[in-house]
Amino acid sequence: MIDYQNFINDSIKQVKPSGIRKFFDIAVEMDNVISLSIGEPDFQTPWHIREAGIKSLEKGKTWYTPNRGFIELRKQISEYYKRRFNVLYNPDTQILVTVGGSEGIDLALRAVAGQGDEVLIPQPAFVCYEPLTSMTGATPVVIETKAENNFRLTREELENAVTERTKLLVLPYPNNPTGAVMEREDLEAISEVIIKHNLMVLSDEIYAELTYGDKKHVSIAEIPGMKERTIIISGFSKAYAMTGWRLGYLLGPVPIVEQITKLHQYGIMSAPTTAQYAAIEALKNGDEDIDEMRSSYDIRRRLIVGRLNEIGLTCFEPLGAFYTFPCIKSTGLTSDEFAMRLIKEKRIAVVPGTAFGECGEGYIRISYAQSLKNIKIALKRIEEFVEELKNEDKG
Amino acid sequence: MDRLLEILSENSTFTTKELALMLGEPEDYITAQIKEYEQTGVIKGYQAIVDYEKVPDAGVTAIIELKVTPKKETGFEEVAKEIMQFEEVTSMYLMAGSFDFSVFVKGKSMQEVASFVARKISCVDGVIATATHFMLKTYKIDGMSLVDDKEPSDGRSMVL
Repeated sequence: MIDYQNFINDSIKQVKPSGIRKFFDIAVEMDNVISLSIGEPDFQTPWHIREAGIKSLEKGKTWYTPNRGFIELRKQISEYYKRRFNVLYNPDTQILVTVGGSEGIDLALRAVAGQGDEVLIPQPAFVCYEPLTSMTGATPVVIETKAENNFRLTREELENAVTERTKLLVLPYPNNPTGAVMEREDLEAISEVIIKHNLMVLSDEIYAELTYGDKKHVSIAEIPGMKERTIIISGFSKAYAMTGWRLGYLLGPVPIVEQITKLHQYGIMSAPTTAQYAAIEALKNGDEDIDEMRSSYDIRRRLIVGRLNEIGLTCFEPLGAFYTFPCIKSTGLTSDEFAMRLIKEKRIAVVPGTAFGECGEGYIRISYAQSLKNIKIALKRIEEFVEELKNEDKG
Repeated sequence: MDRLLEILSENSTFTTKELALMLGEPEDYITAQIKEYEQTGVIKGYQAIVDYEKVPDAGVTAIIELKVTPKKETGFEEVAKEIMQFEEVTSMYLMAGSFDFSVFVKGKSMQEVASFVARKISCVDGVIATATHFMLKTYKIDGMSLVDDKEPSDGRSMVL
């Protein structure tokens, strides 16, 4: 018999499977479950964007695109980033169209980090940075952000984590799972440290369009001296509800994009053609769609945050993405226990904070990419659950 | 459209407290705003959306296309007022196109509706022709799907 373990690369064996899935898998097995655990928009891709994809198929546009993506698409991305976030990238040399933001993260990490390097990862954060860093041979170094700082990365936290081996900082804001954002002053503060220690930044801005309140997302590339040290990851999934199209992009300094393009060329060749046609339409005529969806998320966000605080699960106000990250310490349960009992007893699926790093203990992630009707029902059930827990304590 | 109206037109069961949270306005303001909508007739009322196929003996619904001769001075208004007063008529619209009114009629049976059309509607002064269409199945009412309890977004899967 073949011992397959002998054939598998050790660095792959050591990668842990994602902790988010567990609760979804349980939810699928049960009836009448409302899932607040999913990290993708509940909206369908706006029709005019879908239509552009369909038309390209009807015309038989079914070939590979250039490695970096259609130049028309890269021009649109360039104009878009300038228009929305005030940073200009050259479509010929500084933009690579990728298979979702995820490919961009993977490629950027592989291109920059390697054996002996340290990569700083603020947590709680999306689950992919740590395993992808490990697979490059570099060492992931976690920085635990704090609820009292609204889960923002502070200058001190960064300064304390930097060593001689530090090469790259992952900057995942607006943040999944906390909903935290980094404002201009926060970015200026950490930029000084980044420049002082000569680091690169991987800025994952996939949720950049989903910020609430008066302030728009600020890209760290806009801070003086930072564009030349920053690789921006973004994409179409969250802003235009295009997750299934698998299309993202990476923006960065010319020599880095050049190297990353090699990886993309050999591993992927080119991002999906149909999706690229749809994305051109999205960038040209989709600003209103974004506004419409954002305003709908905002209404749900306010309802959830307000009600969670009433229920006694204190929740700082998330200003980005579509997640809230309430504290459940008052219930006396661990994140895992809370999530497990909530789904078994009340049929509500959420993700324990620990799925996003050990420092997520005491929190759960609630996604509001779910209809208002279901959110209302879910909040009622969460309220009952918390009440029953209180009575248990008394009994 | 105003956000408050938008939310209420989709689901009128939210409490004023919930609406206040969602819109980031004080509860008093929401209460006053709703009251104003009610008083000025922007909000006409609140009803449940019923799937009659799940209700025993709920009867049948027909849509009647009506052609009428408009009256001098009052045009379509007088005919419309006369027809809408029947309690069998649940909705009524003036239409552009090949006929003039679209009238929704509810009755216990097809015979009852047919007899109502023949004896009451056809006899109204000004009505020239009627065409009765019975509804067989309801798929969607006022933006709400009756076909399947699952929302389209429930097909999403957890990928990571």
